[in-house]
Amino acid sequence: MANLDLSKKATALLGWVDDRFPLTSNIKTHLTEYYAPKNFNFWYYFGALALLVLVMQILTGIFLTMNYKPDADLAFASVEYIMRDVTGGWLIRYMHSTGASMFFVVIYLHMFRGVIYGSYRTPRELIWLFGVGIFLVLMGEAFFGYLLPWGQMSYWGAQVIVNLFSSIPFIGPDVSEWLRGDYLISDATLNRFFAFHVIALPLVLLGLVVSHLIALHEVGSNNPDGVEIKKNKDPVTHVPLDGIPFHPYYTVKDLVGVSVFLIVFSAIIFFAPEMGGYFLEANNFVPADSLKTPAHIAPVWYFTPYYSILRAVPPILNSQFPGVAAMGLSVMVFALLPWLDKGKVKSIRYRGALYKKWLAAFIVSFLILGYLGTVPSTVWGQFGSWLSGADRATVIARIFTVVYFSFFIFMPLYTKRDKTKAVPERVVY
Amino acid sequence: MSLKKTQLKKVKVNDNTNVLFGSVERRSILKATTTFSAIGIAIAAGPFVESMLPSEAAKAGGAPVDVDLSNIESGALLMVEWRGKPVWIVHRNQEMLKFLNMDQQRLSDPDSKLPQQPLYCKNETRSIKPEYLVAIGICTHLGCVPIFRSQVTPNDLGSEWHGGFYCPCHGSKYDLAGRVYKGVPAPTNLVVPPHTYSGDSRLIIGINHA
Repeated sequence: MANLDLSKKATALLGWVDDRFPLTSNIKTHLTEYYAPKNFNFWYYFGALALLVLVMQILTGIFLTMNYKPDADLAFASVEYIMRDVTGGWLIRYMHSTGASMFFVVIYLHMFRGVIYGSYRTPRELIWLFGVGIFLVLMGEAFFGYLLPWGQMSYWGAQVIVNLFSSIPFIGPDVSEWLRGDYLISDATLNRFFAFHVIALPLVLLGLVVSHLIALHEVGSNNPDGVEIKKNKDPVTHVPLDGIPFHPYYTVKDLVGVSVFLIVFSAIIFFAPEMGGYFLEANNFVPADSLKTPAHIAPVWYFTPYYSILRAVPPILNSQFPGVAAMGLSVMVFALLPWLDKGKVKSIRYRGALYKKWLAAFIVSFLILGYLGTVPSTVWGQFGSWLSGADRATVIARIFTVVYFSFFIFMPLYTKRDKTKAVPERVVY
Repeated sequence: MSLKKTQLKKVKVNDNTNVLFGSVERRSILKATTTFSAIGIAIAAGPFVESMLPSEAAKAGGAPVDVDLSNIESGALLMVEWRGKPVWIVHRNQEMLKFLNMDQQRLSDPDSKLPQQPLYCKNETRSIKPEYLVAIGICTHLGCVPIFRSQVTPNDLGSEWHGGFYCPCHGSKYDLAGRVYKGVPAPTNLVVPPHTYSGDSRLIIGINHA
């Protein structure tokens, strides 16, 4: 490929194709002449890794549907059939279930990169919004997919989430009945969740991923310095001076990241596919029973920060809607970042201490809320009668819920007041 | 390539003379077409949205349930299924009924003001017969099934626990009339389903008491 002169119109097969389909020009635009900043660091692996996991999920998913049965009477047994009787079925299933968790690991790190280097700032707002869309659809995928094994945790997790919609004033109960297609989570629910999981949401997801990349390649990648490399171009070739072609430089670099990732991924699949109950919960190895709630219901780890917020908000006017709204907001609020951040610089490298303190407070809140979401609210016992015997964990979760939202609410103020450092003209590496 | 160029030129010329898209009449037709297409799509979406509602079979599954009460021991709970939901029937003994009056100030809605029960159960015991509580065993927070904890002051629930229902999901607590305690995630009392008695010990769930 590298020796082929793509500047001239190629003859033979490639020329024939190029006259009918913009193959060469697309390869140029998106790979060989897409100039990415040369100072990418560790954090820049996760976009490519997210794409890798997406492909893996689609492939393993296709093979799982060959043996899975979306029927309340057969679903649980068909998953166990895949695990025990289908040749290599256990591997495909564990790749898919571990892949779901690793998808969120990779996406969270990818989002964190965007936050610390200001990748959501002008002109990359739409890339960010497409990204938030991907994150939301991914959460939907994870939720719908989790019902399919039809275990106790599948069932009761879905019960809790569908009932969130019941709390919407006036139309709520009808909406959740419509979502379930029954008066309870039943075969009808399982069957439609299967349809959402294997076809509806994946199509939306692919569309969003393509849009995310097209938007990225339109404005160009950000970098750890938050410097726009398009400002300094070679006067003759118009190539950014701080840019290098994505292919071969970053394709090769990403292969190293992929190798390391796959080592970790394989280690989890082979040695800890359940990850101590965090990736696959013990209760999900018990078939669903609509008359018996498991003793402790916790969502999978990637939902726990928001779940903690749901639990932390007390009912107002006898309605649990505020808690549900707060949980929804805690996810949606990421979409506002491009407009909340008024900082003079993009990258954390040139931000002042004030921003760093707020970010640290947010990270701590996110992690503590995430932990609390995995345990019962009685985990730390109760306060004495001076706080009317309130659960300690609930009070702590309330405090950190306030910190979580404060990070966003006060962002326009503290980013403006922050004492930033001078940003260099060119990237540093 | 050459075809594209001429097309572009043509549009430009026409655009200037307001012939192709510019005239008011053509714009109105364009708007009308768009509007009617949108209405058409909305109407066509109807059957798809409706197909997700409970089917006739699911509706038929929601018929009334008949329960024989003579087998429930005093102080015990019987769970029956009605419309796929767990319905509890608790045979409350004298001690249990006595506790119902003791915890009033710690309850969020002790007088059952909110319409979580039929009118014939809007009373002190939230029941038709004081000794039988009939309630849907689904936490009003997020729909888990709470656990029947009849023992008084167990270790994990503290010294003020006089028996009731504890939700394992988010720690909501209810007394033995299904009334919710203050300071827990659940906002309202447990729902009492429509029910009635036919004879002394036959309970019918799903039909209102006359």
